[in-house]
Amino acid sequence: MATDIQTSPDKSSSERTALIRAGLRRRHLNEQIFRGLGIAAIAIALGFVALLFADVFRKGIPAFVQSNVHLSVTFDAEVIDVGPAPARGDFASDAEYTAASLKWQRDLALLNWNTIVEASLRKAAPEGFEIDSRQIQSIPETNARHQIREMFVRDPSLLGQTVEVDVLASANAANWIKGNINRDLGDAQQQLSPPARQLIDIFVENGTISNGFAWSIFTNVDSRAAPASAGLLGAFVGTLWMMLIVVVLAVPIGVAAAIYLEEFAPKSRLTDLIEVNINNLAAVPSIVFGLLGAAVFINWFHLPISAPLVGGLVLTLMTLPTIIIATRGALMGVSPALRQAALGMGASKTQMVFHHVLPVTFPSILTATILGVAHALGETAPLLLIGMKAFVASVPATPLDQAAALPVQIYLWQGNENRNFFEPRTAAAIMVLLAVMILLNGVAIYLRSRLEKRA
Amino acid sequence: MDMLAGKVKKTSLNVDSAMNPTDVLERPIRLTARDVTVHYGAKQALHGISIDIPDRAVTAFIGPSGCGKSTFLRCINRMNDTIEGAKVGGTIKLDGEDIYAPALDVVELRARIGMVFQKPNPFPKSIYDNVAYGPRIHGLARNKADLDEIVVSSLRKAGLFEEVKDRLQEPGTGLSGGQQQRLCIARAIAVGPEVILMDEPCSALDPIATAVIEELIDELRENYTIVIVTHSMQQAARVSQRTAFFHLGNLIEQGPTEDIFTNPVNKQTQDYIMGRIG
Ligand SMILES: Nc1ncnc2c1ncn2[C@@H]1O[C@H](COP(=O)(O)OP(=O)(O)OP(=O)(O)O)[C@@H](O)[C@H]1O
Ligand SMILES: [Mg+2]
Repeated sequence: MATDIQTSPDKSSSERTALIRAGLRRRHLNEQIFRGLGIAAIAIALGFVALLFADVFRKGIPAFVQSNVHLSVTFDAEVIDVGPAPARGDFASDAEYTAASLKWQRDLALLNWNTIVEASLRKAAPEGFEIDSRQIQSIPETNARHQIREMFVRDPSLLGQTVEVDVLASANAANWIKGNINRDLGDAQQQLSPPARQLIDIFVENGTISNGFAWSIFTNVDSRAAPASAGLLGAFVGTLWMMLIVVVLAVPIGVAAAIYLEEFAPKSRLTDLIEVNINNLAAVPSIVFGLLGAAVFINWFHLPISAPLVGGLVLTLMTLPTIIIATRGALMGVSPALRQAALGMGASKTQMVFHHVLPVTFPSILTATILGVAHALGETAPLLLIGMKAFVASVPATPLDQAAALPVQIYLWQGNENRNFFEPRTAAAIMVLLAVMILLNGVAIYLRSRLEKRA
Repeated sequence: MDMLAGKVKKTSLNVDSAMNPTDVLERPIRLTARDVTVHYGAKQALHGISIDIPDRAVTAFIGPSGCGKSTFLRCINRMNDTIEGAKVGGTIKLDGEDIYAPALDVVELRARIGMVFQKPNPFPKSIYDNVAYGPRIHGLARNKADLDEIVVSSLRKAGLFEEVKDRLQEPGTGLSGGQQQRLCIARAIAVGPEVILMDEPCSALDPIATAVIEELIDELRENYTIVIVTHSMQQAARVSQRTAFFHLGNLIEQGPTEDIFTNPVNKQTQDYIMGRIG
């Protein structure tokens, strides 16, 4: 036995050592080169990620600041001359009361609330400041009048009173305040007239206008008429609906399909074909799934356009192959010894899978699933094809309502011509989307490490 | 080689002539195999194995690596069913009942014929759950107390109880190799099988753990029919009453262990026992 180990007995041991040494230098060099390449690759990748994050944050953070205008608004009885709000007691039936109260609200809507807004702005301006009506109206966001009207509808007893109200500054005003616009540009290139710009500066100085955290990004829906008030709530809820649908459909179907294919399906031409096709499906460009969704779900099944239901279904189709492939990979990785142990005990195949194989693969399946869902979350192209690029200024109450989605909202904002305002807002939306993704990935990592520790 | 093959056929045919009057074969026969062949795809791994395995005795399979010992063992509890491309021919009967009959349920068969593998393979669950698993899936315990009873007695029989009684809820994978293997034996016993198949159960263990398991096998012989595959001649000599020698997919010689080791009839058996092949 011992003689077998000595491979070349004709060489002396010092000769052999010299040979090994000579080779050693080359081996170490190779190792160093490989290591260097690896580190360089990682550094480049991380560099790009850092660059992306730095750029997005630099642009996006200002969008989380909003300029508020503090006004003391007088609900002038001379302007609001629609009579008292109808009371239920004065009417014989509910129907009559509803009709009267709708009429009252319509009358209110027809009033010129701008005069009330303007009056309160003028009250805040220095005595005798010369500015015309249109110019002063360009300071608050256009939704200020709706906000004040809504206050009155909710509480008609405000008539004749003066109350403190915060309204948003307009997008142009906010840009002027934040310095997003070059202040040295000539009048012709400025969005605001000279007196308006001057008044804004005065307002900032006397505290009428101040900056605060932009809650509106999270609490408002998208808006075009009042761009400074545009928020992500509608898109966020739309995305949430879609993710719910993906989780409810893609996860059970994908995992079940993977289990069947991997554990139960007989190996045949047909299953081979199915396997190849699932792998192909995972490589199909997402926009094709959008086309498919438009053709099948909208044209055929007549599901509504722009609905999270359709978006969710399309994303489900897109995520399924990912989940199936990942789950099968996890199942394949289970040691044959475990399977034999179970079968040897007389467990049926189903018992083997559900008692032994699934529990040990659960963490990997869960992680793969969360990553698949996170991937679907950022998908934009297929949603454009099923009409989710429409401007929607409402929060979808059901998955059948029209809705936007976070990535589509980014696309829409980025595509808007009012760039100087929208760019920071786009970056802010990207930050929100990234935050959701990082959160999902974090949950995946947390669950994985917890479950693996327990197993 | 061809000459050898001819010889092989002859000896494997007169199975019964090897019977010794004082042999354990006088006991009732538990398992009978006739002309068992196995193909893995196009490759034939077993060429017609015929053997009788007596009740409450240890039968050892010996032979050089790749000769088909594990393959034959897997035929006995139909674990070959789980190997893709494996085809089994011939008949194997357990108490006169054909185990490859279409009406027979493999789940039931494997409850009657337990198996212990070469590498200890406890489930990644607690010690208790490892042993309780079989009784649970086969519905052998009426209640929790019943199950506790089965677990404790199985662990006792496997000689493991004293070592693990304080940590039944800890994972079975946290035990030492030898303890894991005894846990696997306890797990197999818990179902109350009639036959226990062991495929090189000590090959991953040190001599002390091996001695413990050999002792255990000797005790279990009282109540179970045991078939053990081993590479260690000494082990076969120590624990078995009958020995069968396999070579290149053939059963060359079988008989009482003493006869095989002291007075082998076949030249190949001689060579193997002398350490000349293997
Ligand atoms: N799953 C399988 N697929 C294909 N061929 C197999 C398979 N299992 C075993 N074989 C082949 O069948 C023959 C017998 O193998 P087997 O495992 O039964 O041998 P063995 O006697 O148990 O060997 P060892 O002592 O090394 O465990 C070998 O030639 C082996 O290559
Ligand atoms: Mg083997």
